[in-house]
Amino acid sequence: MSPISRRQFLVGGAVAGTGLVVAFYWPNGRSHETGEHEFAPNAYLRIAPDGKVTIVVARSEMGQGVRTSLPMILADELDANWSDIAIQQAGASTLFGDQSTGGSASVRTTWDPMRQAGAAAREMLIAAAAQRWSVPVAECTTDKGFVLHPASRRRESYGELVERAAKLPIPKEPKLKDSSQYKLIGTPIPRLDTPSKTNGTAEYGIDFRVPGMKYAFLARCPVIGGKAVSFDDQESRKVPGVVNAVKVGDYAVAMAADSVFGAIEGRKALKVSWDEGPNKALETEAVFDVLRKAANDKGVSLQTVGDVSKVKGRRLEAIYETPMLAHAPMEPENCFAHFLGSTCEIWAPTQVPQDVRDSVATAVGLKPEDVHVNVTLMGGGFGRRLEHDYAVEAALVSKAINAPVKVMWTREDDMRFSVYRPPSVHQLSAVLDGHGSPAAYTHRLISPTISGQKGYPIEGGVDPDLKDEAAFLYPVPNLSNKYIAPQCAVPLGWLRSVYAAQVAFANESFIDELAHAAGKDPLEYRLRLLAEDKEISYFDTKWQTARLRGVLKLVAEKSEWDKPLPAGRFRGVAAYGCFGTYAAEVVEITIKDGDPNVERIVVAVDCGQVINPNILDQQLHSAVIFGLSAALRGQITIEHGQVQQANFNTYPILRNNEVPAIEGYFVPSHEAPTGIGEPPVPPIAPALCNAIFVATKKRIRKLPILNA
Amino acid sequence: MSEIILSINGSERKLKVAPETPLLWVIRDTLELTGTKYGCGAGICGSCTVHVDGESTRSCITPVSAAAGKAITTIEGLSHEASHPVQQAWIAEDVPQCGYCQSGQIMQAAALLAKTPHPSEQQILQAMSGNLCRCGTYHRIRRAVARAASATGSAQ
Repeated sequence: MSPISRRQFLVGGAVAGTGLVVAFYWPNGRSHETGEHEFAPNAYLRIAPDGKVTIVVARSEMGQGVRTSLPMILADELDANWSDIAIQQAGASTLFGDQSTGGSASVRTTWDPMRQAGAAAREMLIAAAAQRWSVPVAECTTDKGFVLHPASRRRESYGELVERAAKLPIPKEPKLKDSSQYKLIGTPIPRLDTPSKTNGTAEYGIDFRVPGMKYAFLARCPVIGGKAVSFDDQESRKVPGVVNAVKVGDYAVAMAADSVFGAIEGRKALKVSWDEGPNKALETEAVFDVLRKAANDKGVSLQTVGDVSKVKGRRLEAIYETPMLAHAPMEPENCFAHFLGSTCEIWAPTQVPQDVRDSVATAVGLKPEDVHVNVTLMGGGFGRRLEHDYAVEAALVSKAINAPVKVMWTREDDMRFSVYRPPSVHQLSAVLDGHGSPAAYTHRLISPTISGQKGYPIEGGVDPDLKDEAAFLYPVPNLSNKYIAPQCAVPLGWLRSVYAAQVAFANESFIDELAHAAGKDPLEYRLRLLAEDKEISYFDTKWQTARLRGVLKLVAEKSEWDKPLPAGRFRGVAAYGCFGTYAAEVVEITIKDGDPNVERIVVAVDCGQVINPNILDQQLHSAVIFGLSAALRGQITIEHGQVQQANFNTYPILRNNEVPAIEGYFVPSHEAPTGIGEPPVPPIAPALCNAIFVATKKRIRKLPILNA
Repeated sequence: MSEIILSINGSERKLKVAPETPLLWVIRDTLELTGTKYGCGAGICGSCTVHVDGESTRSCITPVSAAAGKAITTIEGLSHEASHPVQQAWIAEDVPQCGYCQSGQIMQAAALLAKTPHPSEQQILQAMSGNLCRCGTYHRIRRAVARAASATGSAQ
């Protein structure tokens, strides 16, 4: 895209009478479409003459609180009055760089631009007031939406100053606050979206409607990768309200009707002849056998230190496996589309509005700029809405039936026709030195590449997600951390924490095995491995052993690890770093009828500067419960090429009476903020399995734990 | 199609719908009250919970014909301007994350407190465990129900 000059943008805003508009452009901003360098505004805000401050949120809200936390960052630097803030959700745009919401990245990637946007606006407002009062800028200050000149006791609201401020140049390098000056950042402000989510007015994708809109459900082949050959809709047409049946691509037939129930019933009556394709004999075990066979492939190095092959001594080996998982967000996939010939309107619950725009454009034969993607609230995302399949379906159906349409998925569609977390096999081995510490440590991660399966380039054979998720953070003298990417017939997707949960399960369980083999307390063992302050450089992140040690010490203190547990109670610990954040967890269990009963979970994280401890607490609970559901019962299995799970009875997630006490803590920090939506997920499974080992002497090397 | 009279949030509506249509879709599509959500379509998750004659009911598995002539309350009709103690407690505890299941959770909690104004912890857990939340807001839900119960108590 061509850069819009700051001046133009500013003047444009002022002329339009919307008050002060501040836009930011940063070099090295990557164009989402082209990947080439470009200048792109990263955030903007509007201040109206009446003092109302509108902050645009360019990331998608799926429960993680970005519609509150991102505005807090800007508002703090602006010194705005929080009750004057309104937020506006950005749709797909070329103004914000990459708008993808994932990788626990919303705060970490908007932290700098949001602060700069707020600080620059504040400086301009101060300059405007100083000019009007003919006083030096340095004598002015700000507080809650006012510029103050304490010496003359003058004050003027931001709203009163916008016209004058809009004529001033935008400071190139506005001075940012010192963390000691924060008024909003670090405080547990209630979420802005809570009231609308308690009275039924919050609008999700599934709620969006226009007059005359049709509803459509798609019939898909029960076998993965199967195709629709032909269909007979004679019976469907007898269902009241049924409008039309149309083929979608080569894989589905859409049933459109005037009502949701009509479309559901119409689809039931539809007869489709399927070509089941190459997967009709596919079984779960066959999926894993491909991985197991690939275990001897050479693989690519993620981390190499010294030479593990030269180390002799007491050797331990183990193989760990993790299952495929489904996202199962409470709001199933849906999307509104209205194809209008030369343009297409989309209302989508999506984590990737720009991908939706581009893939819809390709599918219906429009230019990307003629596809207008609006982002609704999402009833959960967890990575499922990083896919754009359902939006493309909506656009294709709208084009085919020449009407506005809402494509919907039932829960069964969501469970059976989704993309899944890749299965994984982990080969681990270690050679212990005389103190029981690993003199050599080997991890071979065998798991299909998600990005590779989707056709994205895989640089050096390393799936790009592994760069955030598979670091081994214990400094050992010899380390071989390798990745092998086998093929997979099952469609794959990014699920909350992506590869981190699998890698953490393997590594943090195996470290526990080493601790027990060495006869050491598992927490003490980890602390000893991390005793020295070291920097572990892993792709783009420089991990600090001190910070991993810090969360382990915090979790030890809060869980009272040094005190004995009551009889019949057992505990395990695990720690992990991913998405820039360090997390450690202690799980306490009892054994009931031979099965583990989780009693208490203590979580400690170091995610740098915490923006909002209230939302952090929500995310800690959320991630832990998400991880615990998966660890205990989560698995997607395949029989005769068909996914066996179809609803929450066969893919159970934890219910209220099944969640244990959870306590969350964070290390106070003014380091740049890092991710929090995902990092507390990975430690939960190994911490739980480590507790189970203490209780039963049984080492769980394959998830889920309750595999009945 | 047949004519059905529904009493919804205090007003009577005459509708032409197939009698086997799940109440959920009548509420959402026909009556355009979208606060009630679809989650599983099988009475497993509780996102679609409404009150039928005061009983918490999974509208996704309730044929509209079974609700005819009964008083249906949805999240929109629970109170004027979210003044119900349960809604107030939900705001005070800042319960929702994605928020999608929360209408159902709130309706479930309101039905519990209408019958059992001072539930024990066990009764809260039992009543609320039919409502799934994928975001894991369970602890705040428990706290909010307890808060609403004590607020109701002091008002009496």
